[in-house]
Amino acid sequence: MADTLARDTTARRFPIDVDLRAVAPFVALALLLAVGAFANPNVISLDNLLNVATRSAFIAIIAVGATFVIAAGGLDLSVGSMMAFVASLMIMFMNSGVIADPLMMLVAAMLLSLAIGTVCGLANGWITTIGGIEPFIVTLGTMGIFRGLTTWLSQGGAITLRSPEIQNLYHPAYFGAVLGVPVPIIVIFAVALIGAFVLYRTRFGRHVVAVGSNEEVARYSGISVNRVRTVTYVIQGLCVAIAVLLYVPRLGSTSATSGTLWELQAITAVVIGGTALRGGVGRIWGTVCGAFILEIVGNIMLLSNFVSEYLIGAIQGAIIIIAMLVQRSLMRKS
Amino acid sequence: MRKALIGLTVALATLAGAAHAQDKKVTIGVSIPAADHGWTAGVVFHAQRVAKALMARHPGLNVIVKTSPDAATQANALEDLATQGIGALVILPSDPDPLVNAIKRVKGKGVFVTLVDRAPSNNDNSVRDLYVAGNNPALGATAGEYIKSRTPEAMVAVIRGLPIPIDQQRQDGFDKAVAGSNVKVLAKQFGNWNRDDAFKVMQDYLTKFPKIDVVWCQDDDMAVGVLQAIAQAKRTDIQYVIAGAGSKEMVKKVLDGDKLIPVDVLYPPAMVGTALELTVANLYGQVPVRGSYILDATLITKENAKEFYFPDSPF
Repeated sequence: MADTLARDTTARRFPIDVDLRAVAPFVALALLLAVGAFANPNVISLDNLLNVATRSAFIAIIAVGATFVIAAGGLDLSVGSMMAFVASLMIMFMNSGVIADPLMMLVAAMLLSLAIGTVCGLANGWITTIGGIEPFIVTLGTMGIFRGLTTWLSQGGAITLRSPEIQNLYHPAYFGAVLGVPVPIIVIFAVALIGAFVLYRTRFGRHVVAVGSNEEVARYSGISVNRVRTVTYVIQGLCVAIAVLLYVPRLGSTSATSGTLWELQAITAVVIGGTALRGGVGRIWGTVCGAFILEIVGNIMLLSNFVSEYLIGAIQGAIIIIAMLVQRSLMRKS
Repeated sequence: MRKALIGLTVALATLAGAAHAQDKKVTIGVSIPAADHGWTAGVVFHAQRVAKALMARHPGLNVIVKTSPDAATQANALEDLATQGIGALVILPSDPDPLVNAIKRVKGKGVFVTLVDRAPSNNDNSVRDLYVAGNNPALGATAGEYIKSRTPEAMVAVIRGLPIPIDQQRQDGFDKAVAGSNVKVLAKQFGNWNRDDAFKVMQDYLTKFPKIDVVWCQDDDMAVGVLQAIAQAKRTDIQYVIAGAGSKEMVKKVLDGDKLIPVDVLYPPAMVGTALELTVANLYGQVPVRGSYILDATLITKENAKEFYFPDSPF
């Protein structure tokens, strides 16, 4: 209660402050697009933007989950490996042929992967909270476990979806479009909308932010800190599974290297989006924008003609830092 | 009576044969990187496949295959193998230079050492007796020659691997092959030998260039992403994609006469099998095998694809 009251007065005293912080990542994106259009007009063509938005779906959806985890003061380094693990199990299940009807098989496989994602998240959450171990260490451990299991399942090679019927049936989940909008973009919006509702409009969302900003105070206010934290990891696992549902139809296969370093991209997207890495603040739409920024930076580099292929990493890093500085300076002005 | 006699003769002959084969009891240690991506998965598969075949052929032969995830673990694995008393070592080092001393220690005990694929800076007979490897510059050159002869005016989009020496050798081989011809390289980008990254790079190439004739993507894993990006964009200007390694997926496409994958360039993970066969030839056949054995970067075409197709391999 006191918390809400304090925030209300802040909001009243600096009404512009809240607005600018939320707007900052979008300003950075607009600047990037302007620079990009200058480098190559194709950057802002509709086709290119739809391509980039579509392929940012995996990181964006995973990062929505990461927003919850980070806002509650946690961290999840296992998401990239978890994605590869869940995707491998999903494809292996579809290859097993236990259900003859392709449609039923696909539906069952999708439900299965959601269930596995949830269980993986629950494991991360329980080991962190009940085990009382730093989330950094727990998820570093599960990162190795999920990656190892994936490599073992695939014997180091690739796991490929064999049934052409299921492949055809599943293909539109990544490549299809509704009224001209690619399906993955619709899924990003749906996930972000639900995420934003849960974080901003429900009691659980307020508890997440409270736990992240001050664990002790949250505990004394009667919030079950461990339960809130665990649920954030479950949300993360579920988001990873939703990303898997879009990932599998794209190439129809996974390999031991699928999803490497996605955890860092997800964390970067969350931070660019304005969520504090130490917790206490969560910005879902900023996160989605951050994921898009990450992809568009690479895209602009490739479409422009003046950057050597050896320098792309350096320039991507620099642009991310500049985006953060723009954001910071906008906050200071208020 | 006659039956018994024949039976006895057969039994005696078998025994004699077995006794002869068992004359020589040798253990060969095989140390290879753990399967962490497609190509190394193929290495593990072929090491085990050939080891099994060789042990069946020579009853006295014992082959121990050990995989290690990194250079440090592999150095330990070498010590473990050495203490088990091996007569020969076949090693594909995960990182050759840091492992040189460990290999030399094994060789110092009089073990025959066969080095596979990755050479240290001083790759001479103080480190190994036999060196078996693929040909990285030729992998690029074979692709370049094919493009030059089939589509002399082609505009080529190139997707490289990672910025490491092997990748540079392949790129140099390619550049040399197309130098002075009318083949034009539109752009080069790194796809990190990864399907997802290659998909993205290809998507951006398709946006950037209104017309691409040929894609050279150096590696079969990346070709998976490239093909998907082309299919999604529904582009018909790309005449074909040329990749490399010899994965079962791409060799199958060549076999099936896929228009987009007419050929593949071989950089076979099965070279570990070549190394094993040669090592055994030295031990059992008493034939000289010391020196360097460099495999060609063979062009896999519809005609010869069957020789390089392993449907059971993970790669």
